[in-house]
Amino acid sequence: MSRISDWYIMGAIALAGLAGPLLLPGLATQIAFLWLMVVFALTWDMLGGRMGYNSFGNIVFFGIGCYAAAVVQRDAGLPYFEALALGLLAGAVCAVLAAVVFGAAMLGIRGHYFAIGTLGLGIAAGEVAAGWDYVGAGSGMALPLYPGELGQRELFFCYSLFALAAICFLCCRAVYATRFGLALNAIRDDHDKADAMGLRTTPIKIFAWALSAFFLALSGGLAANMIGFIDPRDVAFAGATFGVWMVLMAILGGKGTLWGPVLGAFVFHVTQELFWTWLLGWQRVALGLLIVIIVVFFPQGIMGWLAERRARAEAGT
Amino acid sequence: MMRHLVSGLLLGAMLAFSGPAGAEEPGTIRLGAAVSLTGKYSSNGAFTRNGYDLAVKRINEEGGVTVAGKPYRLEIVYYDDESTPARGAQLVERLIRQDGVKYLLGPYSSGLTEAIAPVTEKYGVPMVEANGAAISLFRKGYRYLFAVLSTTDQYLRGAVELAAAVNEDPSKLRVAMAFENDPFSQDVREGVMEDAAKHGMNIVIDDKLPPELNDMSATLSKAKVLKPDLLLVSGHDKGAALAVRQVADQRLDLPMMALTHCDSAQIAEKFGAAAEYTLCAAQWASTLKYEDALFGSASDYAALYEETYNHTAPYQAAESSAAVQVFADAFERAGSLEPDAVRDALSETDIMTFYGPIKFDETGKNVSKPTVLFQVQDGKYVVVYPQEFAEAEFRWPTPSWSER
Amino acid sequence: MLDNLSLFVQYPPLAFDVVLNGLLIGAIFALAAYGMALVWGVLNIVNVVQGELVVLGGYVTFVAVQWGMPPLLGLPLSAAAMFCVGWLIYRAVIFRVVDRDIFISILATFGLSILIQQLANALFGSDVRTVDADLGSVHLFDGMVTLAGIKLLAFALALGAGGALWFFLRKARLGQAIRATAQDPRAARILGIDTDRVFAMTYALNAALCGAAGSLAVMAWTIHPYLGLPYTVRSFMVVVVAGVGNVAGVIAAGLGLGALENVAGFVFGVEFQIAFVFALMVIILVWRNAMATRKRSHLE
Repeated sequence: MSRISDWYIMGAIALAGLAGPLLLPGLATQIAFLWLMVVFALTWDMLGGRMGYNSFGNIVFFGIGCYAAAVVQRDAGLPYFEALALGLLAGAVCAVLAAVVFGAAMLGIRGHYFAIGTLGLGIAAGEVAAGWDYVGAGSGMALPLYPGELGQRELFFCYSLFALAAICFLCCRAVYATRFGLALNAIRDDHDKADAMGLRTTPIKIFAWALSAFFLALSGGLAANMIGFIDPRDVAFAGATFGVWMVLMAILGGKGTLWGPVLGAFVFHVTQELFWTWLLGWQRVALGLLIVIIVVFFPQGIMGWLAERRARAEAGT
Repeated sequence: MMRHLVSGLLLGAMLAFSGPAGAEEPGTIRLGAAVSLTGKYSSNGAFTRNGYDLAVKRINEEGGVTVAGKPYRLEIVYYDDESTPARGAQLVERLIRQDGVKYLLGPYSSGLTEAIAPVTEKYGVPMVEANGAAISLFRKGYRYLFAVLSTTDQYLRGAVELAAAVNEDPSKLRVAMAFENDPFSQDVREGVMEDAAKHGMNIVIDDKLPPELNDMSATLSKAKVLKPDLLLVSGHDKGAALAVRQVADQRLDLPMMALTHCDSAQIAEKFGAAAEYTLCAAQWASTLKYEDALFGSASDYAALYEETYNHTAPYQAAESSAAVQVFADAFERAGSLEPDAVRDALSETDIMTFYGPIKFDETGKNVSKPTVLFQVQDGKYVVVYPQEFAEAEFRWPTPSWSER
Repeated sequence: MLDNLSLFVQYPPLAFDVVLNGLLIGAIFALAAYGMALVWGVLNIVNVVQGELVVLGGYVTFVAVQWGMPPLLGLPLSAAAMFCVGWLIYRAVIFRVVDRDIFISILATFGLSILIQQLANALFGSDVRTVDADLGSVHLFDGMVTLAGIKLLAFALALGAGGALWFFLRKARLGQAIRATAQDPRAARILGIDTDRVFAMTYALNAALCGAAGSLAVMAWTIHPYLGLPYTVRSFMVVVVAGVGNVAGVIAAGLGLGALENVAGFVFGVEFQIAFVFALMVIILVWRNAMATRKRSHLE
C-alpha cells in the first residue's frame, strides 16, 4: 500500500467519522461502539501483534478506566465535564501504574503461559471489584446523567471515542515507524536474539503495555459514561465479551499490521450488529461459529489473506 | 483494493445499522422490550417474554385497546440483551431511535433495569417493568419508570417478621445470610438488614456468593457451628437449588430457611422431601384471590399459562403479563398515544388485576401489592404469610434431619 | 476474617470438615485435569472447551435419569457419550489446529466453548439441573464433619481413574502409541503409528474423562450451561502446577487446589473465593517463571 493511498483512506475515514453521526443520528451509539472496538483492536495489537505477547487480560485496564472515572465522578463534587476529565485522567494514571506493576511481574512469562496468566488477571480483577463495597461491589455503579440536550449525549460520546480512536491510530502509526517499533518486532520474532543483541527488552515490553493501558483506560472512562452503568463482570471487566473480542478483531483483520485491527473491528462490529438484528436468540451461536471459522481458516486475517493473494497474482504475471 | 474494501464496508455498515425499521402501521401500537433470551438470565427472560406475549395475545383477542374511539392492536418488538447491561442500554436506544418505539416493557433483573432506566428517562419514553425492583431505582427520581412488582427489599422481610413472630425473644435470634453478589440479591439483603436491626437480631453470617460459584459448603460449614435460627439465601434459581441441595447433603439442622426464586427453580418438584419446610418469597401465587376481566382469577391465569407453555406459571410471567395490562389501561385512559399523556395516565393507574392491585406512588413503584411467603408443605407451595392470604399454618420449627 | 479463623480454633473438627470437603471437590477437578494434561501433552493444545465438555457430560447423566435410568449408571453412559462427542469435535475442528500456533488452538476452542454453551442453553434451557444419587452422607464428630456419599464416590473414582490411566499409558498398546506421539510425532509416524488416529483417540479419551467428571458434578452439585469456565480454568491451573505428563502430580495438585479454595472461601469470605483462585494462578505462573529464570542463570 503506497503512502498516498494511506492518506486517502485516513481522510475518508475521518470524513465518515465526522459526518456519519450527523447524517445518521439514530446510529450514533452504534458508531461510538465501533470506535471503541477500533481502540480495543489497536491496543491489543500493540502487544499481541507487534510484540508477540498474546494478552487476554487487557480488559483489566479498560475496567480500571471505568471504575476510576465512576469513583471520581461520584466523589469529586465537580460539574459533569470537569469530573469526567478528572476521572479520565485518574483512570489513565492508575492504568499506566497497573501496567508497570503487572508488566514487571508478568512480562517475563512467555508464550501461552502469559496468555493464560493474563486471563487469570482479568477475571481476578473483576471478582475483586465485585467484592469491594467501596466501588459498589456486585451491585455495580451508576454514572451521573449527561447534562446536555436530548441527542447531544450520543454525539458527544461518539465524537470523543472517534477522537480517541484516531489519536490511538496515529500514535500507533508513528510509534511503529520508530526504532521502538522495530524493537517490538524483534522481541516477537526472536526474544532471545533480541536480548543477545543488547536490547533492553523488559523496559520496552513494559512501555508497550503501559501505552496500550493508557488508551484502554481512556476508552473505559468514556464507555462507562456512555453505557451509564457499570457491572463489575459484565461491563468493566467483561473478559468473556470485550476481552476476547479485542483479540478476535485483531486476528480477523490481520495482527501485526497497521490497518488490520481497524479493518477487523469494522467487519466484526458490523457482522455482530447484523447478527443481533436478524438472528434473535441465536446470535451467540453464530458468534461462536464465526470465531472458529476465523481462527481455523483465516489465521493470518484479512490483511494477510490479501497480501497472499497479491503475492500470488504477482507471481502469476 | 484497500480503498474499495473500506468504502464498501462503510456503506455496508450504514445499510446494516438501519436494521428492521419501519413505519407504524395504522391501528397498531408497538411496544419495545429487550429481554434476556440467552445468557445467565435466559430462563427467567423467557418467562418474562411468555408473560408479555400471553397478555398481548389475550388483549388482541378481546379486540385490542381503544384509544380515542379507535381500536388498536398491540405488538412487541424484541431484542435479546444477552443478560448483560452493556447490551441492554444499547438495545433500548436502538428500539427508541431506530425502531421508533414509544413505549417500553422492562427487561429481566434489576441490573439491566438500572442500565436501561437512564436511557428511557432521557428520551421521555414511559417504561412499565415487571422484573427489576431494586429500591435504588426508585430513589433516583425517574419520572417515566413504573414497576408493577413490590420492591426487591421486600422479598425476605416477611421471613424476618415471621421469625420474630414465632420466636419468643426476637433479639436472641441468630440470622445467617448468603446473598449473591448482584444488584438484586444485595437489595434483598438491605431490606433484611433493616428489619433484623429493628428487632435487634444477631447477624452471624453475612456472605456474598459469587455468581459463578456452584458450591456453598464454606458458608454451610460456618452455619454448622454458629447454629443460626434462620438462614436466608438469595441467588436467583441457582442459589435456591444449591441451598436446598447442600443443606440436605450436609444434614444441616435449621429451624427456618427462607429463599427467593424457589418456585422458578422448582425446588419442590426437583428435590422432593429435601425441600419440605422451606420458605419461598414470591411476588405472586396462583392461589391468591385476585381477579380481573381479562384473565379471570389468578388460578385461571395459571391454567391458561400452563396450557399455552406447558409449564407452571412462575410469578415472573404473571407480573410481566400485568405490565402489559397496565399499559393497555393507560392507553385507554390517556385517550391519546402521546408518550407524555400515556405517562401521566400511567402515574394515575389504580386497577385490580389477576396479579394483584396496581397503584403507583410518585416514584413509580407499586405500593398496593404485598409480597407473599410460601412454604413447601407436603410437596406443594402453600401461602403462609402475610396472615390475610395464608392458606395454612406456618410449620415451625423445621424438625432436625434425624427426625425427618 | 479473623473471626472466621477463630472458628477453626474453637471448633477444630470444623477445620477438618472444610479441608476434607475441599479435597473431595478437588477430586472432580483432578478428573477433568487428567484429560487436559493428556491433550496438552500429546496434541499440544490448550483445550479451552474442557469445562463445556464437563457440563455436557452432566447433561447426559441428567437426561438419562429423566428417562428413568439409575443415576450411577449415568456415569459410564456420560463417559461413553462424551467419548463420541470428543471424537466428533476432533474430526470437525481440532485436527485442523493441531500443528498450528498454540494461540490459534486457544481461540478455536474458545469459539467452540461459546458454541456449546449456547447449544446447551437451547437444548436443555438455562435452568439449574441436579441429580440426586441417593447415596446419603457420612457424619463424623457429632455431625460437625459431613461428607456427602457422592463426593466420596467421586474421590475414589478420581483416584481409580488416575491409576487406570497410568496403567493404560504404560502397558496398553494404544497408551504406548500415545506416549510415543507425545514425545515426537514425526518419529512416531515413521515407526508406523497413525498419529492422526492417536490424536483423535486422545481427544476422545479426554472428553470421556470430562464426561465422567460432569456426571459426578451433576450428582454432587448443580450444573447449568454457563458453568464451564470454572472447570476449564481449574483444570488448567492443575496442569500448570503439576506438569503435563504427570498423573500423580495432577491428583495432588487437584486435591490441593480444592482444599485451598475451600479454606480461602471460608477465611476471606466467599465473595473473594474466585478472586483468590485466579490471583493464585497468576502468582504460580510468575513464581514458576522466576524459578526458571533462576535456574537458567545458575546454568550460565
